[in-house]
Amino acid sequence: MNVIDTIRGIGHRIINAVWRIGVAARFFFLTIIYSGNSFRRFQLIVRELFSSGVMSLIIIVVAGLFVGMVLGLQGYETLKRYGSESALGVMVALGLVRELGPVMAALLFASRAGSAMTAEIGLMKATEQISAMEMMAVNPIARIVAPRFWAGVISMPLLAALFSAVGIFGGYLVGVVQIGVDEGSFWSQMQAAVDFREDVLNGVIKSLVFGTVVTLIALFEGFDAPPTAEGVSGATTRTVVTSSLAILMLDFVLTAIMFRGA
Amino acid sequence: MERTTLDLWVGMFVVAGVAALVFLAMKVGNLGTYNMSNTYEVHAYFSNVGGLKVKASIKDAGVLVGRVAAINLDTNRYEANVVMHIDKRYQFPKDTFANILTSGLLGEQYIGLMPGGDTEMLKNGDQIKQTQSAMVLEDLISKFMFSKAAEPAATK
Repeated sequence: MNVIDTIRGIGHRIINAVWRIGVAARFFFLTIIYSGNSFRRFQLIVRELFSSGVMSLIIIVVAGLFVGMVLGLQGYETLKRYGSESALGVMVALGLVRELGPVMAALLFASRAGSAMTAEIGLMKATEQISAMEMMAVNPIARIVAPRFWAGVISMPLLAALFSAVGIFGGYLVGVVQIGVDEGSFWSQMQAAVDFREDVLNGVIKSLVFGTVVTLIALFEGFDAPPTAEGVSGATTRTVVTSSLAILMLDFVLTAIMFRGA
Repeated sequence: MERTTLDLWVGMFVVAGVAALVFLAMKVGNLGTYNMSNTYEVHAYFSNVGGLKVKASIKDAGVLVGRVAAINLDTNRYEANVVMHIDKRYQFPKDTFANILTSGLLGEQYIGLMPGGDTEMLKNGDQIKQTQSAMVLEDLISKFMFSKAAEPAATK
């Protein structure tokens, strides 16, 4: 009897998961359809850009600086063994522009802005603000979800670029200013190795994908949260866990597609 | 339309993000360093290109004059056909010599040009006739071994 219950439990979970994916896909589709309205009222997007983009600036800049500094320090220690300290700039820049910039910025964005979005929408639902909107014939997806979605998609590449730029500056501070790697070779080797289309643009594409996925997960979890205190807290946790896993898995897939030939 | 402090913050955020992108493109990437719009194309056959890659540099006297645009195998003569884009500012005589060289002991490979004495210059679509292939480490070692093996026989 117990075995059958277990099997039934597993089946229920799987069906539930697939069901949620289907609803999420419909949710994404609706968001795209209704986003025309939010572009007409751009002020809504600007307000969300402030709460998701501008408010994430400090954490992105500080984290980027320290990640770059660590890369500079560790890279120097390793490259020194092979007598190629001058390649430090290449290592720091490629590591940041290709991988760490988009991925770290997306992870920070998921936990800083994504969780806030989920909590906000979940609480709106719990306090019946969303039903009130429907009552007034205001489409909640067009009014609440779409502006947040586009704000996330717009701010993510900007945050990732800032992260990489600040990180390279951090690597410069440690490598050139503190340790004393030659400044000329730091920059010139970097410029020779980093290709605009191959590396920088692919990083931007990565961060666009991450921005879409993270924002979508955050919004969907908020919209789908049970309207209780427990439900909202659980949805917030799920947002961070699911989007972090999604970022790391997608990063592997995108890297395999983009950089395999290089 | 009303202007709010919020707009200012968002504006600053967007400007900072775009500035970071421009920094990545110009200072970190190679968008600012080489402009391939004003080039002419020449090609050359090599019996072995070794580790030469597309976008490898073409140098004369150590100065960057162009980039390798394409490498493919010509099945008529079973040799590698290397297409090079050279900056229009630099003209080379028709009998220029193209060598595949290596920067440093294990560095990347590039094409070194050695200008000849011809009065006529290379034009777009011309072929560089004299080439020297890449050094392949195995060939060098085997040459060395053969010469070593031949030495005592000659003295005896």
